[in-house]
Amino acid sequence: MAGIYDKLSNLDRRIIFILIALAVIIPITTDLVIPNIVGQEPSRDLFEFVDSLPEGSIVIVSFDYDPSTMPELQPMAEAIVRHLFRDGHRIIGMALWPQGASLGQDAMSAFADSLGRAQYVDWVNMGYKTGGAVTIARLGTSMRAVFPTDRDNVPWDDIPMLRGVNNLEDIDLVISLSAGDPGIIHWVMMAKDRYGTPVGGGCTAVSAPQLYTYLQTDQMVGLLGGLKGAADYETLVGLLEGEATKGMSPQSVAHIVIMLFIVIGNVTYFMQKKKGGAR
Amino acid sequence: MNWDMVGIWLGALTTLFLYSFLYRDNPFYKFAEHLFVGMSAGYWLIYSVFNVLIPNWWDRMLPEGGGFQWVWLIPGVFAVFMLARMVPKIAGLSRFALAMIVGTGAGLNMVTFFQSNALAQVKGTIFSVATGGVWSVFSSLVLVVGVVSGLVYFFFSKAHTGMTGRTASVGITILMVAFGASFGYTIMARISLLVGRVTFLLEDWLPTIPRLFGIGG
Repeated sequence: MAGIYDKLSNLDRRIIFILIALAVIIPITTDLVIPNIVGQEPSRDLFEFVDSLPEGSIVIVSFDYDPSTMPELQPMAEAIVRHLFRDGHRIIGMALWPQGASLGQDAMSAFADSLGRAQYVDWVNMGYKTGGAVTIARLGTSMRAVFPTDRDNVPWDDIPMLRGVNNLEDIDLVISLSAGDPGIIHWVMMAKDRYGTPVGGGCTAVSAPQLYTYLQTDQMVGLLGGLKGAADYETLVGLLEGEATKGMSPQSVAHIVIMLFIVIGNVTYFMQKKKGGAR
Repeated sequence: MNWDMVGIWLGALTTLFLYSFLYRDNPFYKFAEHLFVGMSAGYWLIYSVFNVLIPNWWDRMLPEGGGFQWVWLIPGVFAVFMLARMVPKIAGLSRFALAMIVGTGAGLNMVTFFQSNALAQVKGTIFSVATGGVWSVFSSLVLVVGVVSGLVYFFFSKAHTGMTGRTASVGITILMVAFGASFGYTIMARISLLVGRVTFLLEDWLPTIPRLFGIGG
């Protein structure tokens, strides 16, 4: 028995890598479906807040990420955009990360035509603006000063949906899809706490625990954390074949493998310690 | 030439090169690593020039309508000061630019950061415990005990013995649970990225192999 524990404690890490790879590859190739149950979670709070907005509300969606975090954040963007379009809201897209503007364009244009939403009437992409928190603070006083033109150099005054929009007080909700700094924290600090505009968002799983503190204090109306949050929103919106929902099957199997290794590692450690051999 | 195919193959090969490090360090991994760093640096340089410098500085200094807005020379001079770090004799000039950045950041964040991340969080822990159902009361108690014991763990002016030590032990346990949750989320993030790459390899790259060799459609 002691030999098994010794072998397990000295297990070649490459075997673990192979098992994790198989745990991801097999569910994808076999189209394994594991149902995604959405409980009373922050993702439902965000969905219900968007649902409660009156038709025609103006929502800023800030695409604060780049391709390195696309697997987690792009499905969120698509599900949120689809929900906003479906409920008849108007979207002002922008980005605090340079490549976010292109990714936002992809997400908005993907659903606009099929849902009958017209550019400059129902949605607009203002593009990327550097500055992070400083930019958001300036949006609180004059959005036109920050974005004199949209991403395609169309002047602010020539965009019909922006008539009557002056600053953050005219915005019904800000949704930041954030991969880090600048991102949700800056929107909470500036848009919510300084100007009182409701803020919700989605983030990579790594940063989710840090942002949970803003939920309890009502500084955020809801939060999508990582792929699970994206899958939750897809489920709530009715996108049952969404990228995140499909990704949750390999994710879940990989988690089971990791949990098994955690258990095996702990059992091995304590058994060796019991025999006086643990280092 | 089908550039989409070239893009998919480049993406697939660099992905495989990078994952080859999991077996052991090798020249393919080194190549992909250097390619990534070099391309990132080049990409960001060009992106910054055309998306930050030109629209936010150059176009404002020399607007389309004509004229010269000399006030925009000031940030330009500060930007040049930043580059002075590369010349030891005048490196001190960069401190003016840094002082401007740090001063603006501190001034902007001082009140807002304190309000959002300290006052609001403290306020969030001041509430009536005995409200709502049993689960709500239990949840509130966990929050109160967690906050107090967590703070006691970081109180180093008194030896962690007796009552203080026992409270600190509860605090470190609560902290470990929090770190465990963070670890779980980190794993989820990394696996999500792996799922994204594997999906790309299986659904975008693999189907191109038969096409490349003229097999199938």
